[in-house]
Amino acid sequence: MAMISVDKLNLTFGAGSDANQVLHDVCFEVGAGEAFGLVGESGSGKTTVLRCLAGQYNHWLGTLAIDGETLGRRLDYARCRKVQMVFQDPYGSLHPRHTVETALAEPLAIHGIGDRSARIDAILTKVGLPTSFRWRYPHQLSGGQRQRVAIARALILEPRILLLDEPTSALDVSVQAEILNLLADLRVRDGLTYLLVTHDLGVVAHLCDRVAVMQQGRIVDLLDTAGIVGCNPEHPYTRMLVEASRHYSREMAADGAARPAVADLAA
Amino acid sequence: MSATMTMTASKTAPGGAPQSSAQALRQNLGRSARKLLRNPLSVAGLVVILALLLVAAFAPWIATHDPLAQDLANTLKAPSAAHWFGTDEYGRDIFSRLVYGSRITLYIISLVTVIVGPVGLTIGVVSGYFGGWIDTVFMRITDIFVSFPGLVLALAFVAALGPGLDHAVIAIALTAWPPIARLARAETLSLRKADFIVAVQLQGASPLRILTRHVAPMCLSSVVVRLTMNMAGIILTAAGLGFLGLGAQPPVPEWGAMISAGRRYMLECWWLVAMPGMAIMMVSLAFNLFGDGMRDVLDPRSE
Amino acid sequence: MNTTAPKLHVDDLRVAFRTGEGLVEAVRGISFDLGQEKLAIVGESGSGKSTVGRSLLRLHPRSAQVTARAMQFGSTDLLTCSEKTMQGIRGRRISMIMQDPKYSLNPVMRVGDQIAEAFLSHHRVSRKEAEERTLAMLEAVRIREPRRVFRLYPHEVSGGMGQRIMIAMMLITEPEIVIADEPTSALDVSVRLQVLATLDDLVGQRGLGLIFISHDLNLVRSFCDRVLVMYAGRVVESIAAADLEHAQHPYTRGLLAALPSVDERRERLPVLQRDPAWLAA
Repeated sequence: MAMISVDKLNLTFGAGSDANQVLHDVCFEVGAGEAFGLVGESGSGKTTVLRCLAGQYNHWLGTLAIDGETLGRRLDYARCRKVQMVFQDPYGSLHPRHTVETALAEPLAIHGIGDRSARIDAILTKVGLPTSFRWRYPHQLSGGQRQRVAIARALILEPRILLLDEPTSALDVSVQAEILNLLADLRVRDGLTYLLVTHDLGVVAHLCDRVAVMQQGRIVDLLDTAGIVGCNPEHPYTRMLVEASRHYSREMAADGAARPAVADLAA
Repeated sequence: MSATMTMTASKTAPGGAPQSSAQALRQNLGRSARKLLRNPLSVAGLVVILALLLVAAFAPWIATHDPLAQDLANTLKAPSAAHWFGTDEYGRDIFSRLVYGSRITLYIISLVTVIVGPVGLTIGVVSGYFGGWIDTVFMRITDIFVSFPGLVLALAFVAALGPGLDHAVIAIALTAWPPIARLARAETLSLRKADFIVAVQLQGASPLRILTRHVAPMCLSSVVVRLTMNMAGIILTAAGLGFLGLGAQPPVPEWGAMISAGRRYMLECWWLVAMPGMAIMMVSLAFNLFGDGMRDVLDPRSE
Repeated sequence: MNTTAPKLHVDDLRVAFRTGEGLVEAVRGISFDLGQEKLAIVGESGSGKSTVGRSLLRLHPRSAQVTARAMQFGSTDLLTCSEKTMQGIRGRRISMIMQDPKYSLNPVMRVGDQIAEAFLSHHRVSRKEAEERTLAMLEAVRIREPRRVFRLYPHEVSGGMGQRIMIAMMLITEPEIVIADEPTSALDVSVRLQVLATLDDLVGQRGLGLIFISHDLNLVRSFCDRVLVMYAGRVVESIAAADLEHAQHPYTRGLLAALPSVDERRERLPVLQRDPAWLAA
């Protein structure tokens, strides 16, 4: 059975003549234990899908279901126990005045879970941080360490699904490799389901099994990552993304210039 | 982005990593204190404020005379060894009156702060976080309070309630909360969509919990800074009300009231007005300087 | 590539910042020559790559101490020349393109006027001629309707177009060297390609030297001619971009290996092991 199922998801901001539809009939399913990628450029709506699942918007139309249960408009305790999120910016996602311990104890306190100290030690070890880090403030951590704390905070409620919003795009290449390895290990060990939003096809190809390509609020291509690795995808937009992530070439840029770029249309 | 910024940011704190929550807190406080002490002006402000606290606490030992005792044989005496700051029209020692008056000043400041801080913070945070009609209602009320001159509004309240120190405090508090509320609201608006707030929402935290544990602490520092800076204004408003005869009633040695009473003899006996005037100026200046230093330490953007 | 005498000669450049905890060295002795080529400076955050770009134009903060054995630009010594000379060089003979055009453009001025202004501040020509030059320049950076774009305000243009406007503004004075600090990392891939192509054309046609500061080895490999790899304020490797696959230094090799690739699926990405000896090297 599908762990995440998104059916005909539509979302519009504003009303009347200002209405701006950002999602158009988005449909996909993610199986239990699968890692699914959503790629696209800025404004393609990939993060918006994630935020709908995370309960940040509540005026969407369509059907969202997690673990077979249809989602309501409001965040409830049950959904919090099942779905957690890791954010893009490790500098903005941790409360600057809370120590690691406070940040990790908060979800346990909200859900009335006891044995907090032992759980915090366990989760820190799990994400590869020494337990002595629990008394540090975010400004005493590097970007990679912060992202590990953010992952620990997401996992401490033992969710089944992790929503990953560009979890490594703010990190250096070498740190990105560490975090990607950690995410891959955690998925295997805990049987987690991942929904990863990114603009980096390399990251998707590395971490995910399947990928949906989004453009202007629509899913334009859906393929196995095996279809990206090594061979050329069929859809022209996907092909352009793949080519661009491989290397820069004059011909490709000329190709892109011949077509009206999305950005120019927006201007 | 400068490379060095990230370099220093990624470095761990001086003095090693904390080994317990108490130690982490201590390190944090120590860092703030060092930062504050590096600024000589804010240290000067702090010294005057501490002196004010000491004088108020030990007033009976510091004062040379009874502040209320009249000595009609010694009226309007110029400053001398017996009366350091001179005497007033009833022969009361001005130095001793100033010393006891510090208690009244502190009483006003602390009472106003205790009322204004929480009220302003609560209104600002709630209207900023929830937005919509709650925000509209709260902010229009704030606008109404802001659109009156503070002293005039305070006058109106005192006129309605009757003169007296406590009524003056209430009146000042009523005029002092709107800037705090606006500040807290602006701060909250910028925090509302922050990732760390979204993260606690996603953990199922109730709005009350988010506001008290996550939003309010972030607003607290700028509110504290603003309150410290406002102290000067509060002292001046209190003195103004005292001067107009609507604050503390004679023979209570309130500084503003002392100026008001001394006004009649001002041209011949300058010390009647100059001494309390100096005291008011010193204390309000001290709070301003200290507030500036606090802003440098507490402003989250300066970290 | 490096046929003529170098446009810029840097020898043993050092930059240190005074902080509360003493002197912190951000750049620790780097040397390079720039000819008519695309030279990349690559490194992770904190490696000092941006500091190098800024100190060439003396845009570093006041707390910085810059020393070098030589910082020669043509006949000018960038290290010792007066601030007045520097103003004539900055923007006129050496331009800098920043990461985010949003912060580099004046929000209350039409973009065309800003570009024309940049030209007028260095050339004694009529307003009309400056406008014509601007329109030609906008066309050169592949903006299709230069007349319409000329009259737009910065908030009315997209990120990619904003970056091309910035490039137009930086190039209209016909500089000899352009320093681009992460010029495309805020842009989407399709837009990024076009901005790069614009830069590429201009370097080729106008014969200028480009210093391309970036964290993206993959991009630099196919876009630039030569790569300086920086680690902790030093250049650990200087290599032709085409030869990056045969990089010698373990740091360069580690960075390349750590990149997730669309062409090859690996179970784990090799994690970079930092060797303290690199700091001394």
